[in-house]
Amino acid sequence: MAALEDGFGGYLVLFAAGFLATEIWRWLGLLVGSRLDMAGEVLQWVRAVATALVAGMVVRMLLFPAGALADLSLAVRLAAFAGGFICYYAGKRNLAVGVAGGSVLLVLAQLMPVP
Amino acid sequence: MPPSTTAGAFVGGLGLIISVPSVVLFTTALGFGALARDGGFDFGHAVFLSAIVFALPNQMVLIDQLMRGATFAGAALAVTLTAVRLMPMTVTLVPLLQSEKRRPLLQVLAAHFIAISTWIEGHRRLPTIPVALRLPFHLGAGVAMACMMLSGTIAGYLLVAGLPALVTAALLFMTPLYFILSLIATSRSAMDLAAVAIGCGLSPVLYLVMPGFDLLATGLIGGTLAYVLGRRR
Repeated sequence: MAALEDGFGGYLVLFAAGFLATEIWRWLGLLVGSRLDMAGEVLQWVRAVATALVAGMVVRMLLFPAGALADLSLAVRLAAFAGGFICYYAGKRNLAVGVAGGSVLLVLAQLMPVP
Repeated sequence: MPPSTTAGAFVGGLGLIISVPSVVLFTTALGFGALARDGGFDFGHAVFLSAIVFALPNQMVLIDQLMRGATFAGAALAVTLTAVRLMPMTVTLVPLLQSEKRRPLLQVLAAHFIAISTWIEGHRRLPTIPVALRLPFHLGAGVAMACMMLSGTIAGYLLVAGLPALVTAALLFMTPLYFILSLIATSRSAMDLAAVAIGCGLSPVLYLVMPGFDLLATGLIGGTLAYVLGRRR
């Protein structure tokens, strides 16, 4: 079973609902961003909005995950997430250490027998 | 060492192909490829999406919507709501990329290459690069990330079905960890840190109160609060 029709029609759906629905926001951002001053107040506010939004996305991925992550308990996910932070700071703020450490801890926490 | 020529800057950007964000992007794309196959999408459709959209969360939402039998309008709306984040991200990155020479077409291409990974790396690396060389660096980074996204999608579609679920989960887990740690690493002010903290706190509440619009609301409310708090200091 194909979720989309073959040929031109399926690709057209993906182009419109995927590319256009996404790209319009980049075009708008380009339009507004090229008129703003680097040190300006508006830009500072937009930066705060973008940062809060991405942070919100992280918590959503952690608390309400999709796919294979949803099969693990919340406790395992939270413990490994905290573990990733500890690895990051213990590893002198090395991103690779934090990201890899957290993922390894996730596997270990899941495999650990529950007392 | 910062690059000194346009070609050098482009190659420097390409060099991001060996980096934490590139690995994270690859693993997320693996997940996307596997999801597309599970959902009954053609190989060509999955690769086409990765080639033109360059924003994995949006591609996941689109696949998910079509899998659930959503109408075209419903799917497009869900995707565009997920994509709103790209506007403030583009607004803050574009001024960094501007030099005296106007290159409208390259700017449009540069905007296309804005996703969370290139946005984070851009804020981290571009300020240390001479203004005239930032655009080629960012384009190089975009090409590198696009290559990782395409190869991840292809590998995920063709190979991932055989992986144990726990390994897939561990790969997926890299994405939120990379996002949050790099947000903290690139924070330059109390306002940035406040935005991270408030965004984290607001998001689960708003997710339950207004699903679909939760990220937009988290950004607007959380960002504004952080801005006001940051200004008062």
